[in-house]
Amino acid sequence: MADTTLSATVPARPGRLREFWRYFRENRGAVIGLYVFAAFVALALFANFIAPYDPTVQNRAATLLPPAWQEGGDWAYPLGTDPLGRDMLSRLLFGARFSFFVGLVVVIIASTSGILIGLIAGFAPKWLDTIIMRIMDIILSFPSLLLALVLVAILGPSLVNAMIAIAIVLQPHYVRLTRAAVMTERAKDYVISAKVAGAKLPRLMFITVLPNCLAPIIVQAALSFSNAILDVAALGFLGMGAQPPTPEWGTMLAEAREFILRAWWVVTFPGLAILITVLAINLMGDGLRDALDPKLKRS
Amino acid sequence: MLRYFLSRLLTFVPTFLGVTLISFAFIRVLPGDPIIAMAGERGVTPERYAELQEQFGFDRPLIVQFWDYFTGVLQGDLGQSFVTRKPVWDEFFTLFPATLELSTCAIILAVVLGLPAGVIAATHRGKLFDRLLMSSALVGYSMPIFWWALLLIIVFSGNLGWTPVSGRIDLLYYFPNVTGFMLIDSLLSGQSGAFGSAVKHLILPSIVLATIPLAVIARQTRSAMLEVLSEDYIRTARAKGLAPARVNGLHALRNAMIPVVTVIGLMVGTLLAGAILTETIFSWPGIGKWMVDSIFRRDYPVVQGGLLLVAVMVMVVNLIVDLLYGLINPKIRKR
Repeated sequence: MADTTLSATVPARPGRLREFWRYFRENRGAVIGLYVFAAFVALALFANFIAPYDPTVQNRAATLLPPAWQEGGDWAYPLGTDPLGRDMLSRLLFGARFSFFVGLVVVIIASTSGILIGLIAGFAPKWLDTIIMRIMDIILSFPSLLLALVLVAILGPSLVNAMIAIAIVLQPHYVRLTRAAVMTERAKDYVISAKVAGAKLPRLMFITVLPNCLAPIIVQAALSFSNAILDVAALGFLGMGAQPPTPEWGTMLAEAREFILRAWWVVTFPGLAILITVLAINLMGDGLRDALDPKLKRS
Repeated sequence: MLRYFLSRLLTFVPTFLGVTLISFAFIRVLPGDPIIAMAGERGVTPERYAELQEQFGFDRPLIVQFWDYFTGVLQGDLGQSFVTRKPVWDEFFTLFPATLELSTCAIILAVVLGLPAGVIAATHRGKLFDRLLMSSALVGYSMPIFWWALLLIIVFSGNLGWTPVSGRIDLLYYFPNVTGFMLIDSLLSGQSGAFGSAVKHLILPSIVLATIPLAVIARQTRSAMLEVLSEDYIRTARAKGLAPARVNGLHALRNAMIPVVTVIGLMVGTLLAGAILTETIFSWPGIGKWMVDSIFRRDYPVVQGGLLLVAVMVMVVNLIVDLLYGLINPKIRKR
């Protein structure tokens, strides 16, 4: 608002981060999401100090112990134990590490490669652009989970391969977004003037245009962060992600499946952890969108 | 319009070629020898290996193999399963009705609940119902459906004993497979209780599969409605003194439906991905479970053929949605 009355005495525009925070704060859900997310990250980072036990140590004397508040529970194992007598709480805490790690790595791989390809497509001659976009169409024709599943089956089931597969599946979204943003920016006066001033292609791509395309990409990053966590858990659940005894949440659910009617806690807690994490990230994503890209604002 | 039609059809060709190439390449080019994998722990003698290579044609140049595969695909020949020795095409069509039945029920559930919910949320914007609904939509959208399925099984099959845990119908009933749709076949069989059993088996999987589409439809309907409700012609309609129900229902909803229908159409991929998890958990004999089982059995022709068929299905539906969209919305044709 103050921008319309620009004069020498107007104080400097608040820092970008400050401004961003001001808009982000308006969305209460997003702030709650941020706090929950931060808390989970802290738990994951300090898992080895907080967790009462080693997540893989088995205690044969205490298998399938219910949570402490239930009859037969023991406060030594607050959330109970799994069929092999491992402490649920410790496994969940260490599992958070895997989920956040996976989300982070997948987003970094998918976004950097996607942004790069999208920039190239946006600046490339028509024929190259067409080829790139057709390839992305092809990847998007496969349901993501199915494509990831087949990729992992071929590469061999492991957490690393699951991450690679999911990054490949998520990357076309970045390509499309970046290309679309580049297309609209490219025709604007500031880009043309930079070109006239003699800016070379790499400078045009990365310094002139890219920063102005980032808003929708950041929102997409939040979305794919939660998608990555869900997909890795789904792959783990199908036996194609992290392998036992890794305390990954999806893998924990797969191991617990046969006990669902006897021990609700081995099934309930890992899934709840996935749900809360994904929900927190999606809430944050909504807030990010409102703050960064007012045009996309939902209501 | 015809030009738009043709240009959309033309882009279909390279995408189809690419999808075929990818499903082919996955199995032949990436590391991992299908014959070694098939032999498993037992291993295979060099003579037998060469014999098998010849039998499956793996010894020929890749480009020749791909050409054979591609021409086969065009004639409806997707090879045969390593395990059952039946043509992949036949297996797909025996199992597809199960997936179609489940997906149809799920999408009906999602539309019937999601559409009115979105409309009510939009017309009662900011009220308690709106906030409750949008929060639950976000939860549904964030839901790991494989866990959701297990929870529903614990409550409704375990604690309450209302619904069965797996399968499509009780083993008690046996009747010929006429349409492949259990709901129709059980009615045709005339056996008492068969239809009820089929319905009971369908409830939980449908709810699970409908969860994410429901959340997406509700959110999309709400935002599309909100956008339309702020248009001038809505104000005019209100100013004329039309009943709110008529304004919302007739003037607004009809225009808000365009993006919503698109989203529903584009949900096929989500449904098929969801079917993989849902069918695996409920032992539902459809193509999702078929694909997962084949992946674990390393039944490569099935994985290859299934991948291709699923992708083509998604492509065809997307194409139809695109064409319909062009038909409804003239602005899009000019691109």
